[in-house]
Amino acid sequence: MGISRRTLIKNAAALGAFTGAGFPHIWIKNADLARAAGGEIKVGVLFSLTGTTAIIEESLNKATILAIEEINAAGGIKGSKIVPIVEDPASDPATFSEKARKLVVGDKCVSVFGSYTSASRKAVLPVFERQNNLYWYPTLYEGRECSKNVIYTGAVPNQQQDEFVPWLVKKFGKKFYLIGSNYIYPKEENNYCKKLLEKHGGEVVAEEYVPLGHSEFSSVINKIRSTQPNVIFSTVVGDSVVALHRQYRAAGLDPEKMPMASLTTSENEVAAMGGDAAAGHFTSAPYFQVHKSPENEKFVAAYQKRWGADKVTHFVSEACYFQTYLFKQAVEKLATSDITPPNIRDAVKGAETIAPQGKVRIESENLHTWLWPKIAQCKSNGQFEILVETKEWLKPVPYAAYPGQVCTEKGLAEKS
Amino acid sequence: MDQFFEQIITGLSIGSILLLVALGLSIIYGSMGIINLAHGEFVMLGAYTAWLLQSHFGLGLLASLIPIFVAVALIGWVIERFVLSLLNNRPLDTILATWGVGIVLQQGVRLTVGSELRYVQLPPSLSDSMVIVGLSVSSYRVFLFLVTIVLFAVTWLLMNRTTIGMKLRAIMQDRSVAASFGINAKRVYGLTFAYGAGLAGLAGALVSPLKSVSPDMGTGYVVDAFMVVVLGGVQSLAGTVASAFILGQLSGAIAFLQNDTVAKALVLLAIVVLIRFRPEGLFTTRVRA
Repeated sequence: MGISRRTLIKNAAALGAFTGAGFPHIWIKNADLARAAGGEIKVGVLFSLTGTTAIIEESLNKATILAIEEINAAGGIKGSKIVPIVEDPASDPATFSEKARKLVVGDKCVSVFGSYTSASRKAVLPVFERQNNLYWYPTLYEGRECSKNVIYTGAVPNQQQDEFVPWLVKKFGKKFYLIGSNYIYPKEENNYCKKLLEKHGGEVVAEEYVPLGHSEFSSVINKIRSTQPNVIFSTVVGDSVVALHRQYRAAGLDPEKMPMASLTTSENEVAAMGGDAAAGHFTSAPYFQVHKSPENEKFVAAYQKRWGADKVTHFVSEACYFQTYLFKQAVEKLATSDITPPNIRDAVKGAETIAPQGKVRIESENLHTWLWPKIAQCKSNGQFEILVETKEWLKPVPYAAYPGQVCTEKGLAEKS
Repeated sequence: MDQFFEQIITGLSIGSILLLVALGLSIIYGSMGIINLAHGEFVMLGAYTAWLLQSHFGLGLLASLIPIFVAVALIGWVIERFVLSLLNNRPLDTILATWGVGIVLQQGVRLTVGSELRYVQLPPSLSDSMVIVGLSVSSYRVFLFLVTIVLFAVTWLLMNRTTIGMKLRAIMQDRSVAASFGINAKRVYGLTFAYGAGLAGLAGALVSPLKSVSPDMGTGYVVDAFMVVVLGGVQSLAGTVASAFILGQLSGAIAFLQNDTVAKALVLLAIVVLIRFRPEGLFTTRVRA
């Protein structure tokens, strides 16, 4: 069956080529799924190398490429090499969608690794759903999405906050100042935070959103002074994080009395703002570069050897790295003629691997990942000190803030 | 009441940063009539020079200020000499050219230095906060305020009390008549542009400890600078000062009462409405056409 179908595609392609450039798309529409062939497994790597989010997405590209190179150097997947096709979507959602279509329809990649922002993920989603292809998304995000064409390897709100918020209430007090950048991710995280605060007896003294790219925080700092919260709960992203931390420090506020608790400040952001501005503040994430495990030591050493000794690893680049290995594992389970996106997806359900952060698993119900939440405090040398590690890995609940809804294998379902 | 004074000081601080960034643009736009879209990139270059001197040569921010001014002014002079002076009296082409120069500078930095965010250390002597009328204020912000005042005073003196300033004012009124009196307009323009660029570079270096340094940081500043200059009235240095502080107080106050998103929107809206009724800006000096 597989062979005859492939012959058909070949013929179709030949006919398409024969009859002219405008014609082939008719055959692509009828053709079957993207499929690996000829000892090559083509995958797309879709991280911005230019534009505003290039700052972080470059490191995601690097971690993905590192994993692919390692896999190929160790003999590939059952003799086939992974061939990465790198595209630069230039931090622009429309370009993301265009490049995704090119990778899926034109290059017939069997999977694409990509995206940092939710906006870019939402932009490519229709492409992957229509073509029944597979997108691997490494970033922590706001949850509340349920697609059978995306594998989510970053944390969702419950995995970053369930430990973190009660710990903060207990350690510092119950008054929280919520500040975030003005878009969907911080708002959803704060929705969940408010639920947890209610449960643990905390209160919100202010909830505030600044424009993306905002860099003048003096009024915010005045408000913080006048409301005197115990914790500043921050989901500010991008270069605003740097400005907020540096101005907090210049204003003479004290992290010991009023720390910032962040879901977005990783080693990458700390390197950008300087350890002196970040020292004393807290972050919750499944991975920190200082985490002690043989897998992590190997990852950090390999990353710095490949890309430079001054480079840092962080919780999104780690996910890029282990999700590529999960991809390898899934493909290994398949016969060479069966390497198609839906088969890869079925093979990755319930798959486990030892990631740098610990053993992770893809939840078969919602294609999100079981992770190991950690709480860490930043030191002035730019690295974190891990203070709390969970004893159990934590199940991903992408609809944690919405009690009536669950993501199932058939899609979003309303719980009765 | 404390909050009120705190907010006034915040407004002064925001205003001084706006003025700092807008001063260079005000000179170039106001006196040469060049809409310099690469202004933000000059700010960015200043910040990067500060970073470079600090991380590779161990020079503190305060000691780097003069080299930074000279370096960015030199770049500005080169750009004026080899790009803009060839486009005399073609305002639309100049806009396009400066925009292009901006992109080239931005990508050039990205290619050579990389696109990672960078930072510049606060000078240790200014990294604490100080107490003014019973309120704790960041020393560095006070320092920024004072530097801005000094730079403004220097610029004003340069324009109004020196020969080159007089020549520039003559060219502003009528270039051909000034030239017929023996003023070398080309040279004056080159120096003016270099001075404006150098000021922008200084602004970038001075704000860098409070903000982040990245290749595309200039985009935000160029918008702010144009807002200030247009609101204040082109060709009016005093107008630039007034409008910088008006905008500073306004956005600080709205951000405090509401939030920064609302502040940004309302301030822009206010400017649009104002420009509708006073296209020449709030403060204008009468010029014979």
